[in-house]
Amino acid sequence: MTTGRPLIQARGLVKRFGDFTAVDGIDVEVSAGEAFGFLGPNGAGKSSTMRMVGCTSPPSGGELHILGMDPVRDGPAIRARLGVCPQLDNLDPELTVRENLTTYARYFGIPRRVARARAAELLDFVQLGDRADSKVEPLSGGMKRRLTIARALVNEPDIVLLDEPTTGLDPQARHLVWERLFRLKQQGVTLVLTTHYMDEAEQLCDRLVVMDGGRIVAEGSPRALIEQHATREVVELRFAAESQETFAGKLDALGERVEVLPDRVLVYVSDGDAAVAEVAALGLRPTNVLVRRSSLEDVFLHLTGRTLVD
Amino acid sequence: MTAQLTRDRPALPRVPALAVLEYHLVGYRRTWRAGAFSSFLLPTLTVLGFGVGVGAYIDQGVGGVSYLEWIAGGLLASTALQVAISESTWPVFGNLQWQKIYLGQRSSPLRVADILAGHLSFVLFRVLTAVIAFLLVTGVLGALRSPWAVLAVPVAALLALAVAAPTFAYAASVDSDSWLAMLFRFAVIPMTLFAGVFFPVESLPLALRWLAYVTPLWHAVDLCRAAVLGVAPQWSVIGHLCYLAAWAAGGWLLARRVFARRLVV
Repeated sequence: MTTGRPLIQARGLVKRFGDFTAVDGIDVEVSAGEAFGFLGPNGAGKSSTMRMVGCTSPPSGGELHILGMDPVRDGPAIRARLGVCPQLDNLDPELTVRENLTTYARYFGIPRRVARARAAELLDFVQLGDRADSKVEPLSGGMKRRLTIARALVNEPDIVLLDEPTTGLDPQARHLVWERLFRLKQQGVTLVLTTHYMDEAEQLCDRLVVMDGGRIVAEGSPRALIEQHATREVVELRFAAESQETFAGKLDALGERVEVLPDRVLVYVSDGDAAVAEVAALGLRPTNVLVRRSSLEDVFLHLTGRTLVD
Repeated sequence: MTAQLTRDRPALPRVPALAVLEYHLVGYRRTWRAGAFSSFLLPTLTVLGFGVGVGAYIDQGVGGVSYLEWIAGGLLASTALQVAISESTWPVFGNLQWQKIYLGQRSSPLRVADILAGHLSFVLFRVLTAVIAFLLVTGVLGALRSPWAVLAVPVAALLALAVAAPTFAYAASVDSDSWLAMLFRFAVIPMTLFAGVFFPVESLPLALRWLAYVTPLWHAVDLCRAAVLGVAPQWSVIGHLCYLAAWAAGGWLLARRVFARRLVV
């Protein structure tokens, strides 16, 4: 986009369902070529936001512009330029893999011949070329997901919306999806995704917002968020005792911050190994010690006092 | 897949509902043999069973024509009804609740009305093929008295819309598919039995007769029977057509409202 205008622009965006406010006044801007993420636990308002951006759910308040257009008035025109990968696959299990793409392409006015060519190209891209003529029903979860991603690309969209693209997939299938999404990102496709996996957000997102209870609690690149809201390293300690709380007080002096979780104590420090030595010097005997770099999980914990995946 | 942002792309489909119809036809391509088989078999069996079998016991015929000839028009209309309602119950419920096909279509440029119109046209297609098969079978069996019988096809199409559109609304608004079986038990079967398909409505007590007149089926039965026999219908043709059109229009408005409530959240 030569104008430099953001592809997605939301100001004070609100979504209400009756008395319940799912999205509570968020400001978001996504520029062309960006990979942008909404990170948050279930019920944070991510999916509601995605549906509003996908122009299938009218906002209850605030402003929203997609590709410079109004989602309520210009829904079909905007959707013609979006690719949507929903949280739950809604492929047709009775059709073949190829037919799922070609029939969907027709909704965008793509001629049959072009649709067939594009389907072949996309199936190669998502590594389903050899399954083109098999039915969708017997495909694995990861394959269906990749097919849904291919379907979202059938109209060569300006923005691809991915709602929890790897939720429910096994680790190997997740990595395959990430790898394909990363390829898209390299090609300059604008990606907008929601996730409650911090590793997914770290791997794929240039910039993200952390959502909790319908609000944005932090915004920035994964690196910047970690630097801002966590220390360089974290020491995870597990104690055999009945409660981890017993030890919390004794650890306070060790690091900048201590978080006590039901099953472990997290100590935020700049030098993990030094802290582990100090724990030993205090005469404490944890059953398990782990030193790791801070992640977005720690950012979320710090901002909300809760873990992402419960 | 390339991310160039300015390129000429095909706009929306010229008639979006046709793209939806095409989707349903692609799915039907897999099952059409079974569908076509039952399209021929079902009318053959019904016409033989009722027309010839039951007809053998009715020596005087009905109103001067043989029972087989008398029943052909009614059976044609009730075949249209059966196909129209079968195609508008579980398929609509499944597309909404099970496979979420409609939601997928909603993410494309299609509007709610396009999704609805496309699926309704597929139902219409199914009814038309079934009715044409029925005419062929009954024609071969010599049950059609008049070439006007071809007019039963557009009447069956109108009946299909008159019952399919409100059924779409119903199937999209219920939360469990057991409500769909109820529709057959309490609407389709009684309607088929009492709306003049198997015996003249005049043999019913007056109160029940009015219930028959209220059903869209009776209006189509009267028209189809008249066409097959080559006589004038009992009621005015315009009156019948307007009544059926009113069901179709009302059903469409209702279905569009329910679909919007389900798909725009």
